Amino acid sequence: MILDSKIPEGPLADKWTKHKFNVKLVNPANKRKYDVIVVGTGLAGASAAASLAELGYNVKAFCFQDSPRRAHSIAAQGGINAAKNYQNDGDSVYRLFYDTIKGGDYRAREGNVYRLAEVSVNIIDQCVAQGVPFAREYGGLLANRSFGGAQVSRTFYAKGQTGQQLLLGAYSALSRQVANGKVKLYPRTEMMDVVMIDGKARGIVTRNLITGAIESHSAHAVLLCTGGYGNVFFLSTNAMGSNVTAAWRAHKKGAFFSNPSFTQIHPTCIPVSGDHQSKLTLMSESLRNDGRVWVPATVETAEKLRKGQITANDIKEEDRDYYLERKYPSFGNLVPRDVASRNAKYVCDEGRGVNETGEAVFLDFRDAIKRDGRNVIEAKYGNLFDMYMQITGDNPYEVPMMIYPAVHYTMGGLWVDYNLMTTIPGLYALGEANFSDHGANRLGASALMQGLADGYFVIPYTIGDYLASNSADRIPVDHPEFKKAEKEVSDRLQKLLSIKGEKTVDYFHKKLGKIMWDYCGMARTEEGLTKAKAMIKELKKEFWTNVNVLGSNEELNLSLEKANRVSDFLELGELMVDDALHRNESCGGHFREEYQTPEGEALRDDENFAYVAAWKYLGEGQEEELHKEPLVFENVKLTQRSYK
Amino acid sequence: MNLTLKIWRQKNNADKGDFKEYKISDISKDMSFLEMLDVLNENLSEKGEDPVHFDHDCREGICGMCSLYIDGKPHGPQQTTTCQLHMRSFSDGDVITIEPWRAKPFPVMKDLVVDRSAFDRIIQAGGYVSVNTGGVPDANEIPIPKSIADLAMDAAQCIGCGACVAACKNASAMLFTSAKVSQLALLPQGQVERKIRAEKMVAQMDAEGFGACTNTGACEAECPKGISITNIARMNREYFSAVVSSDTL
Amino acid sequence: MSWVSKTLSSTLGQKLLMALTGLFLILFLVVHLAGNLQLLFPDGGESFNKYAATMASNPFIRVVSIGNFAFILLHVIYSIILTRRNKQSRPVAYAVSKASTNSVWASRNMGILGTIILIFLIVHLKGFYYEIKFGSVPMTSYEGVEFKDVYAIVANAYGNILYVAFYVLSMGFLAFHLSHGFASAFQTLGLNHVKYSPLIKKVGLGFSILIPALFALIPLVMFFQN
Repeated sequence: MILDSKIPEGPLADKWTKHKFNVKLVNPANKRKYDVIVVGTGLAGASAAASLAELGYNVKAFCFQDSPRRAHSIAAQGGINAAKNYQNDGDSVYRLFYDTIKGGDYRAREGNVYRLAEVSVNIIDQCVAQGVPFAREYGGLLANRSFGGAQVSRTFYAKGQTGQQLLLGAYSALSRQVANGKVKLYPRTEMMDVVMIDGKARGIVTRNLITGAIESHSAHAVLLCTGGYGNVFFLSTNAMGSNVTAAWRAHKKGAFFSNPSFTQIHPTCIPVSGDHQSKLTLMSESLRNDGRVWVPATVETAEKLRKGQITANDIKEEDRDYYLERKYPSFGNLVPRDVASRNAKYVCDEGRGVNETGEAVFLDFRDAIKRDGRNVIEAKYGNLFDMYMQITGDNPYEVPMMIYPAVHYTMGGLWVDYNLMTTIPGLYALGEANFSDHGANRLGASALMQGLADGYFVIPYTIGDYLASNSADRIPVDHPEFKKAEKEVSDRLQKLLSIKGEKTVDYFHKKLGKIMWDYCGMARTEEGLTKAKAMIKELKKEFWTNVNVLGSNEELNLSLEKANRVSDFLELGELMVDDALHRNESCGGHFREEYQTPEGEALRDDENFAYVAAWKYLGEGQEEELHKEPLVFENVKLTQRSYK
Repeated sequence: MNLTLKIWRQKNNADKGDFKEYKISDISKDMSFLEMLDVLNENLSEKGEDPVHFDHDCREGICGMCSLYIDGKPHGPQQTTTCQLHMRSFSDGDVITIEPWRAKPFPVMKDLVVDRSAFDRIIQAGGYVSVNTGGVPDANEIPIPKSIADLAMDAAQCIGCGACVAACKNASAMLFTSAKVSQLALLPQGQVERKIRAEKMVAQMDAEGFGACTNTGACEAECPKGISITNIARMNREYFSAVVSSDTL
Repeated sequence: MSWVSKTLSSTLGQKLLMALTGLFLILFLVVHLAGNLQLLFPDGGESFNKYAATMASNPFIRVVSIGNFAFILLHVIYSIILTRRNKQSRPVAYAVSKASTNSVWASRNMGILGTIILIFLIVHLKGFYYEIKFGSVPMTSYEGVEFKDVYAIVANAYGNILYVAFYVLSMGFLAFHLSHGFASAFQTLGLNHVKYSPLIKKVGLGFSILIPALFALIPLVMFFQN
């Protein structure tokens, strides 16, 4: 199969405008004849469901949480980028496009990224009109900040809760359409499979998480807005319920999965405190603007620290190694996420980690407090310091914070074309669930931008192109394909329930997470990945023979929900390893130790790997088939990133 | 730490339910409260017993999914969400009673899980600005005084967890409803529908069966996001001025 | 349903009635106290009896007094409606509750306090209002004009230590009721403002101590004077 990205011809800046004109339209009177299913109600899902309903389509929106307002977009802290250039500091659509392509280490499509930058300005207008209370200056105009090392201030924010406010904005738009009768909500409902009829996605099978009822829903198109799969690592900053099931089941029905190994590891998270750890908490990377990252200069000092014989404040200036400032004099503590994360790993691997587990580095505000005074630091980071204190019990005004990298975002996802359609006709993927815009590394404050761009400003145009060329006939849910899918879903659940083995679901999830973190995390090697693949295969076998899933299907059953999700993570884990193994280069979040510059930086191989890897599922137990979509760069020159 | 947990167990909505006692040992002070329950559930699962069901998702104190009435207080002894409550707030040997949110509009679905969709319906009644996607003015077209934007943000921080309802002796949803009414009443974007919004949201809040407000201030004291009851006063103003001046009969 | 009845059947409308009637009754307390303090004038009850006569004959006062009864009735009826609703909103009570850590006792027990005050009111009206209006009242005359000797009835009642104790205790409950009710009425009316609310709270607290204390002073002084 040849992957057609459907990027329009013509100059970069005209592509989207031209495309919007060329797509087919559905007559306003006919829109009510089409049904659209939206799975997931985060930024992408809620904005898409609301916008499509406003246009007149009948929308059914599904989420596994008890309310659409709880999707994990809500946890995003820092902000949302937009090329408004309100600050008169040289920003433009082209600069945002350029920064995003470069930040993604040249593994994203030019056309998609330019469109993202182009519609970013509309997002801010839309959100303000909805009543999103962005931060403002005393003159009443919107405030901006520079974020994640960007050279311009283009990030809009609402305290440290930008994701929350944007999601509540989209949720309110969604709620309005629920009240209008154009959206029907299905909370506490999990998608279990896509139903294909005549080669097209025509519906989904769901499980009601309260009653266990397996139900079918028919539609003319299905949108997967189901977020990322960081929980394959067990420990991540994702919500506990975040999972890959919807995307993975679609993958198994024929949707290609792209760049699964591109994972973002965020450098400023609160370190693991013990085996009981259930999730990791991210702290805004704005902390690196004033905090200095360091570890003890010698292993001996670090050991004393770990044993509790000395404290951080006992360590003299000359015995501290501010390693980021030392290695990257011009960017210092503000190097991109992947570089900061990898260097933290290196110093901890050397035995210079600072907490009991040896996996933490200091983020120290002593000098900033000395320079600006405690009040200034408190005004900037007070809520983050409070959160840190709440979780760790330590006071960061007095002792340095401890941080360690954690899995945060997955750039990979379902392959989509310029219309956001997967390789299954009628099946779309939006937001973090698709792979399209961030390449091998996502820039700070760009996730919110992409989710809302897809939902508010891309899908309302592109879905019409598909629907207009398809009949409005509805397929009843007693169609044999629906019945067949329902049976497959029930059988799989019954199989999980009938194993009655000896290990809990979490046992397997934790084990998988450790394999992924050790071998497919911040730094990867051919040897490690090969080993990991065998381990995952083994673990998968053990899961299907020795997992203990309690209770029955016909009730609220946490154990069954988890088992169902973990069974998909086990399969995804293997594909991630395959993907990492085949990509013999380092780029962005994918760092293969064999491929690095003499200075230890990621070494790309543009000649052989400037493509999107798209994996095709061939069947149970079979190796997946690799397809390549070449990346063509007509507007930017590929350069080596350097932060020296 | 070794603890005794008295937990409300209820098979489903129709079941009567009762407390069950569990002993749990070797709990670290650094665990979060939910991680402590994870340990309990892992123990129960290993013994083949049905784990305790409770709502939770982000575990960062922002999604509003976690609940639990712990030792007589919503979200436990600290003014935070249950997921941000850590075991260092408890002592060795403690007996901890864990109940679900109790309110008629929040029916118990299983164990500690309740249905809070009544909150969604209150928002659906008018907690939005009726603008379609596209065709809106430039974001900087209407300047908003910083103090007003900040006040709106303070109200908008509500996470919809329902602790206000759980804390209130009347199971009133005034703090939740007023937070949204306030946010939109403060902002220029919310002016067009200001009156109808107050009327409809209050009507929906009543229809769901929440109690009235006695101004005890318990909601504000327990709100993990510190939403102020000045929002309730503002909603009252909004409502009274709406009913006497709106065009709807 | 008309918009008026719709509003009055909403929780906010009903709370509005509670606040407005409450504030009126607060005003009434002040007027009532001002009159009653004349009981303490060392003139054998002359000024008090004259005052009582004026109150009984002035048409404006009579209208207000009917209004006063109506407001008391409304305050009671709506408190019953609201309390019933509030009870129904939580059909299953908590096994453990630490409400004292998030709110003050009086605010959670306005219904009980109100009920006690209502009982006091019934005894009070039976003992004085009813007696004076419909019972046989001894007469007295000042400068040749005949007056009902209301003072004598009051003095007689306050000679009874049980009666005095009941009065003083009831004023204690009134104090608690007011300590929450005063500021709460302003909050319900939507009058909450960073600049004025602290003042309202302080005045409310002062009022809730001062007024019941003065009311309680009257029977005490009269008891010991006897």
